[in-house]
Amino acid sequence: MLDAAMVGAVLASVVAAASTLLIASLGELVAERAGTLNLGVEGMMIVGAAVGYATGYSSGSLLLGTLAAVLAGTALSLVFATLAIWLAANQVASGLATTILGLGLAGLIGAPFVGTRLDAAPELQVPGLTDLPLLGEALFGQNAFVYASLALLALVSWGLARTRAGLVIRAVGESHAAAHALGHPVRRIRTLAVMFGGACAGLAGAHLSLAYTPFWASDMTSGRGWIALALVVFSAWKPLWLLAGAYLFGAVSILQLHVQGFGFGIPPQLLSALPYLATVVALVLISALKRGQGAPASLGVPFVPDR
Amino acid sequence: MTDVSAPAASSSPGDSPPAVLEAIGLTKRFGALLANDHVSLAIRAGETHALLGENGAGKSTLVKMMCGLIQADSGELRFDGTPVTFPDPAASRARGVGVVFQHFALFDALTVVENVALGLPAHESLPALAARIEACVHRYGLAVEPYRRVGQLSVGERQRVEIVRCLLGDPRVLILDEPTSVLTPDESENLFRTVDLLTAEGRAVLFISHKLDEVRRLCQRATVLRGGKFIAEVDPRRESAASLARLMVGAEVPRTPRTVTHELGEPRLLVRNLTLKGDGSRGSALHDIELEIRAGEIVGIAGVAGNGQTALFEALSGERLGGDPEAIVINRVPAGALGPTERRALKAGFVPEERLGHAAAPDMRLSDNVLLTTHGDGRIVRHGIVSQSALHARFAEIVKRFDVRFGGRDPKARRLSGGNLQKFVIGREVLREPVLLVVDQPTWGVDAAAAAFIRTTLRSRAAEGCAVLVISQDLDELLEFTDRIAVMSEGRLTRPVPVEETSREAIGLAMGGALAPAPEDADAA
Repeated sequence: MLDAAMVGAVLASVVAAASTLLIASLGELVAERAGTLNLGVEGMMIVGAAVGYATGYSSGSLLLGTLAAVLAGTALSLVFATLAIWLAANQVASGLATTILGLGLAGLIGAPFVGTRLDAAPELQVPGLTDLPLLGEALFGQNAFVYASLALLALVSWGLARTRAGLVIRAVGESHAAAHALGHPVRRIRTLAVMFGGACAGLAGAHLSLAYTPFWASDMTSGRGWIALALVVFSAWKPLWLLAGAYLFGAVSILQLHVQGFGFGIPPQLLSALPYLATVVALVLISALKRGQGAPASLGVPFVPDR
Repeated sequence: MTDVSAPAASSSPGDSPPAVLEAIGLTKRFGALLANDHVSLAIRAGETHALLGENGAGKSTLVKMMCGLIQADSGELRFDGTPVTFPDPAASRARGVGVVFQHFALFDALTVVENVALGLPAHESLPALAARIEACVHRYGLAVEPYRRVGQLSVGERQRVEIVRCLLGDPRVLILDEPTSVLTPDESENLFRTVDLLTAEGRAVLFISHKLDEVRRLCQRATVLRGGKFIAEVDPRRESAASLARLMVGAEVPRTPRTVTHELGEPRLLVRNLTLKGDGSRGSALHDIELEIRAGEIVGIAGVAGNGQTALFEALSGERLGGDPEAIVINRVPAGALGPTERRALKAGFVPEERLGHAAAPDMRLSDNVLLTTHGDGRIVRHGIVSQSALHARFAEIVKRFDVRFGGRDPKARRLSGGNLQKFVIGREVLREPVLLVVDQPTWGVDAAAAAFIRTTLRSRAAEGCAVLVISQDLDELLEFTDRIAVMSEGRLTRPVPVEETSREAIGLAMGGALAPAPEDADAA
């Protein structure tokens, strides 16, 4: 029942499923480290998926599709940034509105493409390595999005910890008043961080509609944006922990599919709910153990400069 | 009368060194409040210039305008005699104006060197910066370790980090906003030595304070503000503390009469071996607190902010539980496991340090704020229903007896000035007729007249048989109107000693952590 080829295939699909979450949550982590809670991840992701698919299908170029998805996610994040940062509106309400707007827009953009199919982004093969048993396919037989997610992880963790830009982002998220007093343009920095989050969410959407499930369906993100948000809390705002969290949730979402396949008599609806249940359990455990440690001190607080 | 000279609009002739940074006729209005009304000030090279004034006199507004944090409505800034504008703090820093604010602009989650890097424009590696910090530390005697996390530092250390951050920008003007309000007398003395070194190098220092002795010790020139207006520029070395106080307040400063000794009643508060663990980020730890307060006396707790006073207040008020139930006895009842409402039912009253947000809900009307501590007394709320007539009668009584002044009939709490809100909060507690009253920072940020009124109120409450505990950072205040003083340092409390048996110096030593309660005999020997 469990031969090496099958385990290898399962592992490869876990990595693929986890990459969407990793990309989206890395972007949100940067936005939150700068002090902005953007609940619009789900909306930005689905708009990225729709625009990416529409562009990729019409132009025949996956690269153009991916670029368009990134731009679309960024554009929607600017709507959020305008409301929550420049107009100092409530961040939770603005984020929810962004998600609702994104879901509506994506349905509109994707409508003509329902029922079409696209060739998925190709897996990159490394001669020799891809054929290794078990981990070969998982590590060396993935598409460019998966490798991009890991490169992004390296970039974000190094950038936040080691560069001046990262230091400024952390400072703005820690105390916007102090950062302002030191002359850092708080709202501009937060806007850039939110735009980065939007770009990442768009890229995660492109991964879904151009590679992971290369077709368009109006509910194709199915809550992955929300899981990405939960992962940021799970990681205690540390990029490397996102890797663990994303792969854990990727594993749960893939394994429940296989368990359904074996038909153990567990209702499939319950199994489909597993990743979300796991999210809830993980968050409860995290908050019980760590009491919200690691959260940027100014997270969710709008900044309004003195007159 | 004091010699009142006109403000120097530009560098005066004669022996005055040239002005580096000048404010000329700055005016700033916030809504109905004229925070600064044509205020002028010239900070000169090699001089320490004092900016004197009461809370609310407009000192902070002036400083914020001089460093670009807020913009003046009218008036002019000059740097080296030429007009400048500072659209933001970065612009003033680029010209060489460094500011150390009263509330530090530091990032708790970051290290010292990261904090310093954020204040500097240069792209410098952190190790190189750490080396520069070490050099600055040695040169000016500012003990700071570059790689410690700021959240773990004491208040005095944080201030030194701020100063180092300013100095690494090589400022020509250094502005210190109430720097000694958070320091022990010993730490203040160290700061003065640093300031003297800086002016000897030709830098100009603006020293903002309301502590007159310090100003007379340190400063060559002093500008006095009152009610947002320029009052005088004087040489503080030729003034007495009393004459400076007259300029600041505009009248003789009333002193609270210390009541003659009267019979003390039974103990109203007994604290035995109270120990609480700190919870890391917020609450600090308490170690073996022992305290007894009897009816009719006022006990003061001195100490530098952040040494566990807030934790002690919260442990006494019941906001923080976790100690032994027997550790706190209020009015003969073990109260260590009781919550705030149950402790108030034992006829205890509590006035926390933070008026807006802790003592009063900022966006609720004053009459509703009355309910916050009176709901359990059984007079205003009966069977869960608020009696509007009883509530408004109590509200009117507080306003009348405690001279709370405000606009409108029943404004939101945040619209009151600090002094009036504090009178309201204290009045609210006093009218509950408590037998134990715990007050944290009773006169912090309150004008002199209201402060005197509050002290007199507490004094007369004690004379009526209430036990009063006052936690304050203002040592002069404690020496003026309490009967016994204990000192809090790093979560420990010294044995309270009668005021007449102790001295400023002994208390200052204990504030720095020399725990032996040192009454007068050490001096007398």
